[in-house]
Amino acid sequence: MIALFTIGFLVAAVAAGNPTMAAPLTLPLRDLGLAFIRWLGDLGLFAGRVTRAMFSRPFEGSEFLRQLDAIGAKSLPLTALAGAATGVVVSMETTDSLTRFGAKSMLPAVIIFSLIKETGPIITGLVVSGRVGAGIGAELGSMKVTEQIDAMEASAVNTYKFLAGTRVLACIVALPLLTLAADVCGILMGWVADTLHEPVSLQFFLNKGLNGVTFSDVLPPTLKTLVFGLIIGLVSCFQGMNTSGGTEGVGRSATSAVLLSSLFIILADVLLVRLIIVFFS
Amino acid sequence: MTSPKEAVVAAGIRKSFGKLLVLNGLDLSVAPGETVSVLGRSGTGKSVLLKLLIGLQKPDAGSIQIDGDEITTLSLDQLNEVRKRIGFLFQQAALYDSLSLLENVEFPLRRHTNLKSEERTSRARELLSNVGITSDLEKLPAEISGGMKKRVGLARALALDPKIIMFDEPTAGLDPVTAAEIAWLILDLKARHVTSIVVTHDLHTARSISDRFIVLDAGNVLVDGSFDDIERSKHPFIVQFLKDAG
Repeated sequence: MIALFTIGFLVAAVAAGNPTMAAPLTLPLRDLGLAFIRWLGDLGLFAGRVTRAMFSRPFEGSEFLRQLDAIGAKSLPLTALAGAATGVVVSMETTDSLTRFGAKSMLPAVIIFSLIKETGPIITGLVVSGRVGAGIGAELGSMKVTEQIDAMEASAVNTYKFLAGTRVLACIVALPLLTLAADVCGILMGWVADTLHEPVSLQFFLNKGLNGVTFSDVLPPTLKTLVFGLIIGLVSCFQGMNTSGGTEGVGRSATSAVLLSSLFIILADVLLVRLIIVFFS
Repeated sequence: MTSPKEAVVAAGIRKSFGKLLVLNGLDLSVAPGETVSVLGRSGTGKSVLLKLLIGLQKPDAGSIQIDGDEITTLSLDQLNEVRKRIGFLFQQAALYDSLSLLENVEFPLRRHTNLKSEERTSRARELLSNVGITSDLEKLPAEISGGMKKRVGLARALALDPKIIMFDEPTAGLDPVTAAEIAWLILDLKARHVTSIVVTHDLHTARSISDRFIVLDAGNVLVDGSFDDIERSKHPFIVQFLKDAG
């Protein structure tokens, strides 16, 4: 089932994001398959080069910190807001249902479990893929079409390390931290929404909700966003650094970076949830 | 085996993009300190040739040696060591648009030298001054003219004191005065025995700066020699090229 889901998603993702497959319905199935394999192969080679560059000396410390600020710190308000909104929505949606089934006292646990196990990580992944994916795709795409990346390579700079490696690493480091921020904001706003409906103290809400929560409930779902960060960084850098076709190509790269990283995050989430259930339940 | 005495040697270079054959077995050699102009109309593979020579693209076949190093088989790190000895001026200058003019010139110094911050800035100011830019150093590339961009690009290309410098259409899109100033800067490099390869379709500038000329058409070398050799050629393309150049 998961294998079928995976194949379907991969084909949809590549068809949606790859300019050479812009009209997948008009392409014969064989060409579609070949384009998909070629794209995946190129992405794999790119990932290999970036990984090798990332772990070779000298490290790009200052550029990494600059990217961590641009990708992590500047995404914080948006992810916090998304987490807060999710907390409110979960609270409002479940209050009625739980009251109907006589389980109103379970509301704090439902909000907290829902946020830390699934909603927080996936919302953070998707929000960051939208903001950061578009930014990286457009920035690197613009540098590519104006020959700035060529100029950097001509200046003996390893662009896999300086441009891609720093961004990928910043995405990997930032995602779990942003997820924690989204979780905390979601839980707090979930309490606010709950207490507006029926006053309850924060301490009581947290005691009720966190009762029974273990590290294996928090750590694996939070750490799975490391993979989301890897996906956002790799896919966005790959799409950006392979831009062609002038300003139109830059727009296409930005769009496909968001689209592909979002789709791959959803796919990865399915696989990772399955793995977490197998290994941590 | 080619003589390592040559600064640049390309042999049997072939390059295609899809079904389009751009370079068809091209041979080229440039001696140290020599200035060679590569002429030809747009789309004849002149810029592709330069990008092959600095390893930004890989040839489909053939060999390229820079100072005796075969760059087509080098790893990226080894290639980057060779690139440190080469300066490259792009057609549109390709300045980093998020960095100021000064930071653009400082960039290669920051990457490849151990100079302290003040020394780097001082060196970058000196390089910019050598190309005639002494003010507006904090401006971004988007805020300056095309001629100024070329000058800053040239200053950045010279930052690591390269032995070889490649120019892609250095005077394209410039007014005659600025074009003459760029030509003067290339002549200044020639006086310092820097090896130069200049891709251009500006015959007037090429004549004023070059020791030797290579004329390309349809991926082949039509002439490799002096300007007199070009003038003596009866090839219809060259006759037309000279006529159009006035």
